[in-house]
Amino acid sequence: MTAPEGSEKMPERRQFLADLFRGAGAAAVGGLAWAGFLDGKKAYPTVLRPPGAVKEEKFLALCTKCGLCAEACPYKALVIAKPGDERPVGTPYFIMRENPCKMCRDIPCAVACPTGALDSSLMRDKDERGRDKLNINLAKIGLAVIDRETCIAYWGIQCDACYRVCPVIDKALTVERTANDRTGKHAILAPVVHSDHCTGCGACERACVTKKASIFVLPLHLALGESSDRYVRGWDEKDEQRIEDVSEETKTVTPRSEKSALEYLNKDGF
Amino acid sequence: MRDFMYRNRYLILRRLSQISILALFIGGNLYGWKVLRGNLSTSRLLDVVPLTDPFALLQMTATGNIASREALIGGALIFVFFAVVGGRAFCSWVCPMNMITDLANRLRRVLPAKAGISLRMDRNVRYWAAGLALVLSAVLGIAAFEWISPISTLHRGLIFGMGAGWTAIVAVFLFDLLLVQYGFCGHVCPLGAFYSLAGKFSFIRVRHLKDNCTHCMQCIEHCPEQQVLPMVGIASSFVTSGECTNCAKCMDVCSEHAMKLGFRTGKHNNG
Repeated sequence: MTAPEGSEKMPERRQFLADLFRGAGAAAVGGLAWAGFLDGKKAYPTVLRPPGAVKEEKFLALCTKCGLCAEACPYKALVIAKPGDERPVGTPYFIMRENPCKMCRDIPCAVACPTGALDSSLMRDKDERGRDKLNINLAKIGLAVIDRETCIAYWGIQCDACYRVCPVIDKALTVERTANDRTGKHAILAPVVHSDHCTGCGACERACVTKKASIFVLPLHLALGESSDRYVRGWDEKDEQRIEDVSEETKTVTPRSEKSALEYLNKDGF
Repeated sequence: MRDFMYRNRYLILRRLSQISILALFIGGNLYGWKVLRGNLSTSRLLDVVPLTDPFALLQMTATGNIASREALIGGALIFVFFAVVGGRAFCSWVCPMNMITDLANRLRRVLPAKAGISLRMDRNVRYWAAGLALVLSAVLGIAAFEWISPISTLHRGLIFGMGAGWTAIVAVFLFDLLLVQYGFCGHVCPLGAFYSLAGKFSFIRVRHLKDNCTHCMQCIEHCPEQQVLPMVGIASSFVTSGECTNCAKCMDVCSEHAMKLGFRTGKHNNG
């Protein structure tokens, strides 16, 4: 009895192809499970990274989870995420309420990073003699945000705990005085954060006297909005410059936005 | 006692190597020792020499990100070192997971034969896993294996705190103990697969001397990668497979000096 043509002809090749299909099938199944698991693991939008951290997406690719930044921190403020911490595992982050960034002038954490996930060159400027130097005040760990409803200073009770501990006092955090209309004779001395100077170090969050901090640091992308190209403070010359480079091309979203921003802002009678 | 020491001489050396490397990392974090700081993913030796896991670098490159020059130099150093001493010497002389899986495999010998199921698994699964790690890194933009590696979980856990990571370690232990013999290190681990390829042409190799061999087969019995010893009792030659971990267990168990560690040179290749 002879086998049909081809069925026994090249058993080795057939076996190889069968193995290949099996392998590819198993790889596809394993790969999908693996990918699904990882996709759920990498999104933790509220994590506060060390000074000099590059954009989160790139940070997650570049950080090899070596922990050298945390080891370099003289205050042990940087925590390495453990499984179960609900943070991307192995990566460094701050818990500001417990141990905020102390804003070391030599920024040892960022300097220690061997892979470029923390880029100390983002915090370089010139000293008075024009020499290159590190400037921790350029750090952007996040931005302090105030809950005015629980902040006792906004109630009219005298408290300036956050203001006093702010390492960039009077720039990042100021106290604004308004009249207390309730009593008619007292002042309300309320803290206000300024995003251009706030480094997100978290000293204020640590110092806040309320049960749960009424001033707390959020990553910039959560704490800040973004103004669109279509609205301009016409009374401010500098703000006009903001839209100078805006392309005339426009993507139609509403009938109004069929026209370019410059056109409808400047020529359409606005 | 001396006999015991002699019969386990390489095992003792390996444990000393594994534990001292781990202790130096832990001391680096806890007490600021400057010998080895960081962890097996990336570290600095004596605060100067960068060392980087080359497989992690490869995954990082697959995400489309180029690491800093320091990390690349560190990766090259590690790669060259293990390409010379035997790629998988990392597995048996450095990797902390080896202690966990060795324990599982030792228990497997002691426990009654029916205690675990012995599933068969293709040893090439690890190469697929390594390839998959690179593909997923490219797709997801993160170093795919580094995020789930039980090796990192164990190693980083011992240095920086374990958290819930112990579950992964127990899972690997039970996998080796109850499901597949030499399961994790010998079948699944993509890092081991990477080092198998990296050490394919390594200089330091196990060498079999047929004339001393009494065919007791103890070497094969104890070898975690039995497929690398096809020549035992048949021909004097070097182990050529990159899957050999240079753990030297075969030398510990061979009472006839038929297994040796040697320097592979061209002319000795066949004996």
